[in-house]
Amino acid sequence: MSAPRELPIATNGDVVVVRQQTRSLAAEIGLSLVDQTKIVTAASELARNALVHAGGGRVLIEVLEGGRRPGLRLVFTDEGPGIPDIEQALTEGWSTAGGLGLGLSGSRRLVDEFDLVSAPGEGTRVTVTKWAR
Amino acid sequence: MERVPILKLGDILIVSIQIDLDDQSVLALQEDLADMVVSSGARGVIIDITAVEIVDSFIGRMFSTIAAITRMLDAETVVVGMRPAVAITLVELGLSLGGVRTALNLEKGVAMLEHVRGAAG
Repeated sequence: MSAPRELPIATNGDVVVVRQQTRSLAAEIGLSLVDQTKIVTAASELARNALVHAGGGRVLIEVLEGGRRPGLRLVFTDEGPGIPDIEQALTEGWSTAGGLGLGLSGSRRLVDEFDLVSAPGEGTRVTVTKWAR
Repeated sequence: MERVPILKLGDILIVSIQIDLDDQSVLALQEDLADMVVSSGARGVIIDITAVEIVDSFIGRMFSTIAAITRMLDAETVVVGMRPAVAITLVELGLSLGGVRTALNLEKGVAMLEHVRGAAG
């Protein structure tokens, strides 16, 4: 099917492109409309996080095949300041950027698998996966 | 940045979002609407999101902010046309859109505004 796509996240416009590309691949692998909407919304939150907290980053969008059902995996990477307290960052309502604090905690609820790797000074990597049902 | 056009119909302002909203467009819309509520003396604002495929926390917060701003300027805001998948996703995301009136479509939104005004005398 599709080769992995890497997209930059450097501007507000890039966040929109990440949404559009996620949407088209999610539809291509047959995610339901609700699941498409969930993964695109999570992509939007995580792309904005990279932009706002790290000044930008990139995302790798990958179709997972070979298993029982196809899936869509998004890996957001930035070289920003990193997250000192991951537990706290995943707490609903916790915000360092004046937002609603729903970006990370909310995104986690919208996907099937969620992985966050970060350390102060070492940037952040968030991996989310949504499987077709 | 694309700007969202604002239409005036009687004393209602109608915004139909037909573009992929980036954050700058969202902020511009808030300011444009506040300006136009005052300059036109509108008593109601309808934001039609029939064509909007996703509402994330930033866009959702915009609805609450616009509702609060226009209320301060003596106008009520109604968000109309939300897709079922968007509603499901918003609730799961944890966003309840507190303070935002919603109606299923434009027609019901107009009726809601008339009702609110009627009740206020």
